[in-house]
Amino acid sequence: MAACNVLVTPLLYVNKQSALFYHKACNIHRQCVTKKISTSVSRCTSQAHLQKKSRPHELVGVVGLEIHAQIQSNTKLFSASKVGFSAPPNSLVSFFDASLPGTLPVLNRRCVEAAVMTALALNCTINNTSFFDRKHYFYADLPAGYQITQQRRAVAVDGQLAYSLLGGRKRNQIQSKTVRIKQIQLEQDSGKSLHDDQRSQTLIDLNRAGVGLMELVMEPDMSCGEEAAAAVRELQLVLQALGTCQGNMSEGQLRVDANVSVHRPGEALGIRTEVKNINSARFLSRAIDYEIQRQIESLERGEAVLNETRTYDSKSGHTIPMRDKEGLQDYRFMPEPNLPPLVVYEDHGSVPAGLLEGTGQGVVVLEGLKEGLPELPSVKRGRLVCSYGLLPEHSFTLVNEDGLMEYFEAVVKETRKEPRKLIGWVTNELLGHLKHHNLSVSECPVSPSAMAELLELQEAGHISSSVAKQVLQEMWRDPGKSAPEIVREQDLGLVCNSSDLQSVCQRVLDSNPDQVRALQEGNKKVLNRLMGLVQKETKGRADPVLVRSILEDKTS
Amino acid sequence: MFGINQTCAHRVQLSAHRVQLLPLLHTSRTDSMLSTNVRTLRNTRNTQTRPATVARLYSSYKHNLKVPQVPTWEPVREDQLPSSPQVPADLVDKLERLALVDFRTKEGLACLERAIRFADQLHVVDTSGVEPMDSVLEHRQLLLRGDTVTEGDCAEKLLQLSNTTVEEYFVAPPGNIPLPRREERASMLKHS
Repeated sequence: MAACNVLVTPLLYVNKQSALFYHKACNIHRQCVTKKISTSVSRCTSQAHLQKKSRPHELVGVVGLEIHAQIQSNTKLFSASKVGFSAPPNSLVSFFDASLPGTLPVLNRRCVEAAVMTALALNCTINNTSFFDRKHYFYADLPAGYQITQQRRAVAVDGQLAYSLLGGRKRNQIQSKTVRIKQIQLEQDSGKSLHDDQRSQTLIDLNRAGVGLMELVMEPDMSCGEEAAAAVRELQLVLQALGTCQGNMSEGQLRVDANVSVHRPGEALGIRTEVKNINSARFLSRAIDYEIQRQIESLERGEAVLNETRTYDSKSGHTIPMRDKEGLQDYRFMPEPNLPPLVVYEDHGSVPAGLLEGTGQGVVVLEGLKEGLPELPSVKRGRLVCSYGLLPEHSFTLVNEDGLMEYFEAVVKETRKEPRKLIGWVTNELLGHLKHHNLSVSECPVSPSAMAELLELQEAGHISSSVAKQVLQEMWRDPGKSAPEIVREQDLGLVCNSSDLQSVCQRVLDSNPDQVRALQEGNKKVLNRLMGLVQKETKGRADPVLVRSILEDKTS
Repeated sequence: MFGINQTCAHRVQLSAHRVQLLPLLHTSRTDSMLSTNVRTLRNTRNTQTRPATVARLYSSYKHNLKVPQVPTWEPVREDQLPSSPQVPADLVDKLERLALVDFRTKEGLACLERAIRFADQLHVVDTSGVEPMDSVLEHRQLLLRGDTVTEGDCAEKLLQLSNTTVEEYFVAPPGNIPLPRREERASMLKHS
């Protein structure tokens, strides 16, 4: 737009009409830009690449994330009251959670271990000693008037998360990216406020107050909503694999705030805004792309971006400024006086003798945790590629869909069909059906063994692949029926009877003399067309190998 | 002033009812106590009335062996302290917001200035070569607890502590109550 305006000015002197014309052109140009950026939601990286190439001075987005992950534990971070999602209000509250005078925090070992395991999985450096601090602010769902967090030294720092997204024209190319993790800190969750606008009051439920959170701070290494969403998805998979967080965004177990700014590549970062209240991966991507676009447009209009907190309104798809808490925030951080430093020991040998007495359970030791780490999603993908000969993008789909990998492996076990030939049935046919009906893999009406039975029929040559698709649809509609039953009932079996096929082929050839001539003149492609016609006649039931040889015989 | 009243509805009490807050009173008490000590000490230097003064100060307490019977510290002379604090109105504003305490009265401001003066004595202490510390528990390790539920399920008890409840919820006013505007505060100061 800036370039446009520069050009417009001299034109104004020439004549009004041309300036008007130019203004129009400008508008169109703006529309184009808008359109381009709105498509970048789905194809951001290729676009970014394109932009970089053609317009080095174009503003681009810079995105960093702050993620609060609720730790999966039985009890809260500093009290032994239960962690639960939908319990009666204030039933999961101890005296400490309600900040009654005289109560003291007692740290939950499980929460520390969860943070350490997560940190190990994200290649962080674990701080042998970390500290707790108080962060003060007044809000009714934070009864103490401060939150215990880790500001001076967090439990872990300097990690990274490798993630991939599908790019390229067909969206089947894996693009690998990395985002740096600045730190992982332990902190308390707040309670929940229910606002009753009519009676002008707020109802407070402290069940969530004091639940352990891991706050993961990611460096601004992402450039658009899709990248951020892919990074969050990967993190979700890592957390779920570790069992340190259930990662359900809609239940608030994973909460994402995005720091968004725009700048010209190579220049200093722009002023950032913080976008809050994003409660799904899809909204995350949209909110970020909207915010990048909004900032670009305000800069192009010559306005400044304000350092403010904004919230995402999923209905309008816009981000809107949040009423800031009195403008100036000063959290008055101070060391938490009731908690000595948290020490994580390298191995059992380094634990002071006094601490090992009794149960020896009061300490966190890295040694055991490192070995106990489960298979992480990236390793899973590597294993799928190696042991089944799958393409990376297939492994990506299998791991990213909850339960799909397990489904695939169950099918593989029950059929002789090669995994490589089978994968399309799982990632295209099955997943397509699931998406169409908005179901998760666990809700799939076709069990892995039913699927295996169907594929076995095809592998054995009893049905063609197009018939198999038809049967799958039938199985979806009527899960009680097995594939062989459907094939039998609807007479879908492959026609292998040579004389039957002979006559069908002859009929096709007779009614298509032009094609036959073309074939005889050496156009081999016509053979496929003729085969298609035979399949049409037989409703996809003809054995393709047999048909081909018959047709070749008859036309040679 | 217990439990939820003090905590969850903290803000209500402090800003809606405009209660003068304890911490400052407390500060001022320590402050005046210490200045008494200093004054006492100064007096003793010149006159010989020290024992009587000290005895009076602690007379209501049983003597604790850990507490020396006579002050062991050196008084800090006024001229060793940085120049007297002037608290600009904007800072008072900010402090009131942060603490959610109203102290914009002549008495309150005097109290604040005394508190600053008191803390200023720390500037005189020579800390060169001394590692800063956050806590006397710095070299203790935090002992951890197993992940077993042993608390909670006491909603009734907790809700009893609150002024207002609805069903099993605590009730608080919506959002944060805005502090009085600057003009209002100025008049509060004038009429104090």
